[in-house]
Amino acid sequence: MITLSHYLALGAILFIIGMFGVLTRRNAIGILMSIELMLNAVNLNFVAFSRYLPPGALTGQVFAIFVITVAAAEAAVGLAIVLGLFRNFRTVNVDEINLMKW
Amino acid sequence: MSPPFTINDLWAISPEMVLTTAAIILLILDFLLPPGRRAVVGYTGLLGIGATFAALGASAGVRAEAFSGMYLSDPFTLFFKTIFLLIAALIILISLNYLSVEGVDQGEYYALVLFATVGMMIMAASGDLLSLYIGLETMSLSIYVLAGFLRKDRRSNEAALKYLLMGAFSSGILLYGMTLLYGLSGSTNLKAISRTLAAQDLHNPALTLAMILLAAGFGFKIATVPFHMYLPDAYEGAPTSVTAFMSVGPKAAGFAVLLRVFLLAIPSLQGSWVQLFYVLSVLTMTVGNVVAIAQKNIKRMLAYSSIAHVGYLLIGLVAGSPLGISAILLYLLVYILMNVGAFAMVILLCRQGLRGDQIEDFSGLAQKSPLAAATMLIFLLSLAGIPPTGGFVAKFYVFGAAIKAGYVLLAVIAVVNTAISLFYYMRVAMVMYMREEPSPITALSPSRPLHWALAIAILGILIIGVYPGPFLGWAWVSLTGLL
Repeated sequence: MITLSHYLALGAILFIIGMFGVLTRRNAIGILMSIELMLNAVNLNFVAFSRYLPPGALTGQVFAIFVITVAAAEAAVGLAIVLGLFRNFRTVNVDEINLMKW
Repeated sequence: MSPPFTINDLWAISPEMVLTTAAIILLILDFLLPPGRRAVVGYTGLLGIGATFAALGASAGVRAEAFSGMYLSDPFTLFFKTIFLLIAALIILISLNYLSVEGVDQGEYYALVLFATVGMMIMAASGDLLSLYIGLETMSLSIYVLAGFLRKDRRSNEAALKYLLMGAFSSGILLYGMTLLYGLSGSTNLKAISRTLAAQDLHNPALTLAMILLAAGFGFKIATVPFHMYLPDAYEGAPTSVTAFMSVGPKAAGFAVLLRVFLLAIPSLQGSWVQLFYVLSVLTMTVGNVVAIAQKNIKRMLAYSSIAHVGYLLIGLVAGSPLGISAILLYLLVYILMNVGAFAMVILLCRQGLRGDQIEDFSGLAQKSPLAAATMLIFLLSLAGIPPTGGFVAKFYVFGAAIKAGYVLLAVIAVVNTAISLFYYMRVAMVMYMREEPSPITALSPSRPLHWALAIAILGILIIGVYPGPFLGWAWVSLTGLL
């Protein structure tokens, strides 16, 4: 029997993996992917809560759809910025992108 | 059950609709105009802001919830929408000449500024976590692009990347806090959350975690220490006009939603979040001021100074009284004027091929242009909080609110910090007045719109400094929707 706690545990694990990825990855694309992982953990939480909460409200599912949409827009802007950066720096390694103190 | 959507709801969002339409018109206009006539786009943007202001005036005075409580239209919203429009107008004024100096005279810049302003307005009006998030991302996505607007400039690229990665990361943290809040209360509506939580056991660790995650997420947006690491780099690398925008817009909007969420949705946890913000406030102002001393780049110095100002602003939230919150609003108004003014002075110094963003670049400004030096001096005095400027009045009320609420130690720390900040602000003044100008002598890059922006900023600061009554009254009245 899969309960709400299972979903929440999975969400928490995904979120922590994403957070760990953001802090340890040195490739800008990798960091963006880790951020997506965090957002998906959030979606999982929203949908699970929406399913198990007493009134059966759809707010959580609607919220998840909005998060997915915004994440897509964010990925588009993010990749465009990384592409523009690559044209000038010839690298996407954030350790080498340090004209200013990080 | 009331219908989820009526025509009256559209009236409540008419300012946002007007501003969005204006931004779309700017994008079209940009295609139609021949190259070199891009300033017209900027002036049309100003017209759009004027029209939005008129729509805001027409929809003012209605205290209403639109879209089933998703969207609030109250005096608090009105206050913030007014200052966002002021910010957008000032930013367009200081950008008009600067963009051609930097060689990126493109129309979409103005459209992006307006879209970011729409996002801020939605944030200030949000009565629901969902509309809050949408507004936040509308604002952030536009500003990520603006930060990287100098596509050929490596520092601008770097600023955009850092701002994007940290912004997206903080959104993730914020959202996770929101999911927990939703799970615990069963609703995303701020008032409904508050009602449900009031009936619950407050010693739930998940609730504490949600509060901390929300504070961390907002902490990134308004840049409190320890979530400030990205900020100096993002401010230094971005085009100066965008830096001015980043230093006031997202901060004011961040404070609007911070106040909304913490005072409207989780006031029952006030005992714990006051302690949290107490620590954040002390850390933020101390680190901001101490590190600012070591900076040689004026944009970087102003970045750290803006971090310190967030520390002062948080004092008002710690005090938590109506006086403290209205002092935050007044402080934000003054902060916007003086910070945009200071960055406008950096723009005045920027020429083709020279960024003009080192403190050394201010050498001998008093000989070259006494008026420019005096203007900068007033902004610096206001930032440091010396009477008779608005900066003094704002600090006076924030610190006064802390003392009245019994946080005397916090007020003392803040006053000591103000003294530290005098050191680095006055160093710029010293460079302007005491140093000889290095040869060859370089010209300033004045323009009429920039002068207008400087005049508005300086008049605002001096009027608020000498006669703060009506402005404080306005901030006070604006709280009626909140407390």
